Amino acid sequence: MALLQISEPGQSQAPHQRRLAVGIDLGTTNSLVASVISGSASVLKDEHEQWTIPSVVHYSTNHEPLVGKSAQEKAASDPFNTIRSAKRLMGKGANDVQQSWLADHYQFDLETGSIPAFKTVVGNKSAIEVSADILSKLRATAEQTLGGDLVGAVITVPAYFDDAQRQATKDAAALSGIHVLRLLNEPTAAAVAYGLDSGTDGVVAIYDLGGGTFDISLLKMQRGVFEVLATAGNTALGGDDFDNAIADWMRTRAGLEQMPDQSSHRQLLRLARSVKEQLSSQDKTSYALNLSDEINISGEISVADVNAIIEPLLKNTLAPCRQVLRDAGIAKTDVKAVVMVGGSTRVPLVRTMVSEFFDQPVLTDIDPDQVVAIGAAVQANVLAGNKTDDDLLLLDVIPLSLGLETMGGLVEKIIPRNTTIPIARAQEFTTYKDGQTAMALHVVQGERELVSDCRSLANFELRDIPARVAGACRIQVLFQVDADGLLSVSALEKESGVLASIDVKPSYGLSDGEIEQMLKASMEHASEDVQKRALAEQKVEGRRVVEAISSALEADGDTHLSVDERTDIDALIETLLEKLEQDNGDAIKQAIEKLEAGSSLFVERRMNASVKQLMAGQEIEELERTLVSSDASRET
Amino acid sequence: MQVDFSNNYFELFELPVQFDVSQDHLDTRFRSVQRYLHPDKFAAASDAERRWSIQAASFVNEAYQCLSAPIKRASYILSLNGITLDEETDTQMSPMFLMEQMELREAIGDAPDASDPYAALDKIAAQLNDGRRNSADEFSQAASNEDWQQARTVVRQWQFLEKLVSEVQSLEARLDDAL
Repeated sequence: MALLQISEPGQSQAPHQRRLAVGIDLGTTNSLVASVISGSASVLKDEHEQWTIPSVVHYSTNHEPLVGKSAQEKAASDPFNTIRSAKRLMGKGANDVQQSWLADHYQFDLETGSIPAFKTVVGNKSAIEVSADILSKLRATAEQTLGGDLVGAVITVPAYFDDAQRQATKDAAALSGIHVLRLLNEPTAAAVAYGLDSGTDGVVAIYDLGGGTFDISLLKMQRGVFEVLATAGNTALGGDDFDNAIADWMRTRAGLEQMPDQSSHRQLLRLARSVKEQLSSQDKTSYALNLSDEINISGEISVADVNAIIEPLLKNTLAPCRQVLRDAGIAKTDVKAVVMVGGSTRVPLVRTMVSEFFDQPVLTDIDPDQVVAIGAAVQANVLAGNKTDDDLLLLDVIPLSLGLETMGGLVEKIIPRNTTIPIARAQEFTTYKDGQTAMALHVVQGERELVSDCRSLANFELRDIPARVAGACRIQVLFQVDADGLLSVSALEKESGVLASIDVKPSYGLSDGEIEQMLKASMEHASEDVQKRALAEQKVEGRRVVEAISSALEADGDTHLSVDERTDIDALIETLLEKLEQDNGDAIKQAIEKLEAGSSLFVERRMNASVKQLMAGQEIEELERTLVSSDASRET
Repeated sequence: MQVDFSNNYFELFELPVQFDVSQDHLDTRFRSVQRYLHPDKFAAASDAERRWSIQAASFVNEAYQCLSAPIKRASYILSLNGITLDEETDTQMSPMFLMEQMELREAIGDAPDASDPYAALDKIAAQLNDGRRNSADEFSQAASNEDWQQARTVVRQWQFLEKLVSEVQSLEARLDDAL
């Protein structure tokens, strides 16, 4: 019978085959992709033998978008169509764009009511679409190196990213056809790479200063459990700002009010960056940019000059350091190690200041550019279901408080910052008018008391509330934050048990409809055979579902199901297996949905039985057999 | 699909319903339970299992956070015994207690203008921490005597202290930002 076949080794879904999964560090300046290959994680090289891929995309009417080094080379000649630092605008609105230095460098479409977009020769490109192009490149690099389709990826985000920024990252992955196994906070990823390496137990601070973002996190490591205690940061502060400040200094020294055009400004920025990098290892250097008789920027610059330029910026990183200590209730002396992450921590002053602040030497022995991608790859390997020796568990937190707007524009906090996720909190509301059938809620994120000082996340409208007298309806609204740090909201009228429907209008970002439209548009323009890709994705997903449900059935199907119920599910599996042999993506999708629906009762019974055992204080080994049997059956 | 966690937080942590708990025990049990329920363990499972895991892990996180914070633990014990705090309707407090509160509030308000604001805040924080410890002891005593009215009074006063603690902390954060 079918079930026996599919759990047999070497059959349809090849259970012993390793599932290809990657960790992606989608950085402001550079991006990396890493994977676990024969037991150890390493960063994958692209076709030019490079492991850092500049997060730059060049758009042209003549060719497909260029990503990476080849795009970077176009920056001086075609500045408006060469997009960099798009990550800074992920999940941001028009106001944020106007305040960013990017506004001086690019042409934007800031039409109200839609998300901001770079104007390029091939049309408007939102930060999400630019990021999707970078992700596609990383995906192609990985699939080429690993020789197969990816089952998914762990994508890292700054710990201090808010809900809109996280959602934007997930949307970009969806556009590039990557299944996101988890969004992982960059410092947590670094801690995994560091912790597994050193076997340290205790509290560790991860100071992460990248191209465009700063994060500080305190983690408690204990026997493979990585528990984030507190996190803080600034999503608009990084090495790019150093470059800008140094460039401004050099320009002012040359007596120039501003650069004549974008192209020369780009050249100056590149010069500033190279000066910064040189001064990481020497005391002084000279620079020269000769554009014309009037525009001649040259001179000498010393480490002391650079320190004076960037010190005010760096001081901005210390307040968040104090904040995490306070939030975690930890003294500086309790911090066992301070790990430096991100390319910008190569700057000597950064190391000195952080070392002075924590009153101990900082750790720089792991490559600050690779460590995040490596940690993400380790986690991706675990999440994809490839059994490893590392018994790893990451317990992360929500970085910013979630709240609701109340009377007078004040914020009522629903979930405070640094709460361990996933977490759910219910809040009860009541109608204030007779016959009221709808209610509006405004969700914000941030620490301030006034709505206007926090980030607006979304407006929810509860509809279909039963019409009653004022106060008779009690509506319970459930705020659920998942393990990716993403919020979802559901509502229930408590008397009638009626689910109120919810219309969500994200303040910054895309609605599901918009994503679908973008996907369609990208498919029409893409040169690769998208149908083929979609089919391959459906097949991977279909096999995953068959495997998950079959192994659960094998473990305790007979305990929870009658003979008839079992026969029904077996038939649905059989149908899906048949569809997987054919090449009809829609048919596979339908068969998956039917199997998921048909087996939901079984899953529910099984899970609740597990909980009862857990509650009854069942031996842990016993639980392991029941709950993770689906893992065990595919162990190699 | 709803997760039926009809049992209370204490049962989840294999503890009797009592105020005095060992944080070590909570930590250990929390980690071992999350090792089996956390969504990361279900990344390759079916959608239904993944949804279940999010709900289950959320419940465990909530339980852990409640039992790990003394004031939340105390309030939870009250609610298990059918005692509500009626924070909004019942505002009656002893005059003596209110007087102390006003003095503390004034001290916090003056702290930023002190010659060493951090030292001034540290002093207040130490005083508040003593108050919290006393509240915990008093609650523990009242709860073991099953004197729920007394226990309720203790928790209501304790809430004021917690509010002041968070005010001190946000004041510290504001001072930090100004550095």
